[in-house]
Amino acid sequence: MTTKEKWTRLQQQQGRVRMIFEEVDCAALLRKAISLGQESIIEWIESSGLRGRGGAGFPTGRKWRLAAAQKADRKFVICNADEGEPGTFKDRRILEEQAIKVCTGMALCALATGAREGIIYLRAEYSYLLTSLEETIQEFHLLLKKLDLPFDIVIRSGSGAYVCGEETALIESLEGRRGEPRNKPPFPVEKGLHGFPTVVNNVETLVYCAMIIERGAEAFRRLGTKDSQGGKVFSVSGDADIEGIFELELGMSLASFVDLFGDGDTKAVQVGGSSGHCVPRKKFDETVIGFEGTPTGGSMMLFNSSRSMYHILHNYLEFFEEESCGQCTPCRVGCQQLLRGIEAIKKGEKDAHYLQELLRLARTMSVSSKCGLGQSVANPFISIAQNFREEILY
Amino acid sequence: MCTKLIPKGSGEPGAGREALLPRLQEIHRQKRWLDADDLLEVARDLKLSPAIVYGTASFYSFLDTEPRGKHIIRICRTIGCYMKGKDEIIRTIEVRLKIRLGETTRDGRFSFLAANCMGWCHKGPAMLIDEEVFTELTPQKTLRILDEFIRERKVRA
Repeated sequence: MTTKEKWTRLQQQQGRVRMIFEEVDCAALLRKAISLGQESIIEWIESSGLRGRGGAGFPTGRKWRLAAAQKADRKFVICNADEGEPGTFKDRRILEEQAIKVCTGMALCALATGAREGIIYLRAEYSYLLTSLEETIQEFHLLLKKLDLPFDIVIRSGSGAYVCGEETALIESLEGRRGEPRNKPPFPVEKGLHGFPTVVNNVETLVYCAMIIERGAEAFRRLGTKDSQGGKVFSVSGDADIEGIFELELGMSLASFVDLFGDGDTKAVQVGGSSGHCVPRKKFDETVIGFEGTPTGGSMMLFNSSRSMYHILHNYLEFFEEESCGQCTPCRVGCQQLLRGIEAIKKGEKDAHYLQELLRLARTMSVSSKCGLGQSVANPFISIAQNFREEILY
Repeated sequence: MCTKLIPKGSGEPGAGREALLPRLQEIHRQKRWLDADDLLEVARDLKLSPAIVYGTASFYSFLDTEPRGKHIIRICRTIGCYMKGKDEIIRTIEVRLKIRLGETTRDGRFSFLAANCMGWCHKGPAMLIDEEVFTELTPQKTLRILDEFIRERKVRA
């Protein structure tokens, strides 16, 4: 396909979804939600099949229902705008262009769960968005007042810690602590911020919630596949003919994804950012992008044959070594040792057999680390080390 | 000096520990790093131990606890920007400012640091100067941006 043909096809495919970046009348949407009432809002979100768009993929409706069932003096809705996964940049554009819909999604969650306090946790790297977000929130507060909705949103900034995208680390950070993840259970829906029930949703998830109320659960459910319903905003980068932010259906095969975006020489795609899986060319056909196959928080990075997979893995491990919060040993020491290990193999200080040891270490980290960060280091490590063994060894 | 920067009393978002990060962030916004006096002052004000305040501040990579220049340049070193040639941009900045990555210029104008993914992978290489983002950097573009910052400082001084 020529680049022009790719764009034409891309337009068609995007045309089938078109939710996140569409303008909607948020006042009318909220009025509709108020008339639906708490139970129906949760039912709509549940029956839509929406799962968290930040990467972990927890069913959003169930999360809201769990929080709604809690009896508490205070409840919180937190918008997780700590988008830090390498290769992901879609939430930035959503916050730039559709902040009002993000706020609306938060208000829907408040209606559904009985929360009165909302917080947007914005990563420090996006501080230039603060002014425009503050303006949107002010505007939104006026709307809430008109509708007589007792809900309030504030913005809090992060300070450059990837791990704070993990919901309990984020809550720790909001409480003025080091961003070290908590043990679960209790989950935030039971005991979150200051010990009160808290829903933490990703930016994109909240906007989809707004669109589900706007267009109905069926409009969302008919997109995607049985296990991966709806659309998804992808962040495409790397050795790609077409890069940027695109909203497409879930459940696409990686082969057709690469046809659409690749430069004709794609040898691997990292699906789901540095904590996701690296899929080699021979598995493009069988790989489904979605919860039943290879899930992604949106990050899709393409590598062509000019890239050294050793250097890519090295870059990922440097990232994890730096961003590990250091709280639990498997992750803190594991990240360091994996990085040192592949360096030692490359320099010839260790033989090829040592790679097996490193793979075992990665597996150990995936079962023994406290949070998703340490648990998912094994994803890129194993998928790259096994599929591109020669490039790591020689 | 630090007492002037630290708002007294229980302002937004409320007293207690949850005010810690916003306080530290505010001081950092104004003077680009947190010295021991700042940390002690905040600790006294929030009735927290200095160790807790330092422990929290030093956890976050954007809360510098070492002296920094008037402007902090943070270049993205993660995969997307790596693939798009961040090393060349690092060399360009090092040569122009006559410092290495991680250092501060002698005149205290610039600190040059590396940061992790800042969400511009499709438009790398990217860097932040203070809170402003610059993308699709080439050596020429980087030099132009640096010169603007250098000139602007001279005019103000």
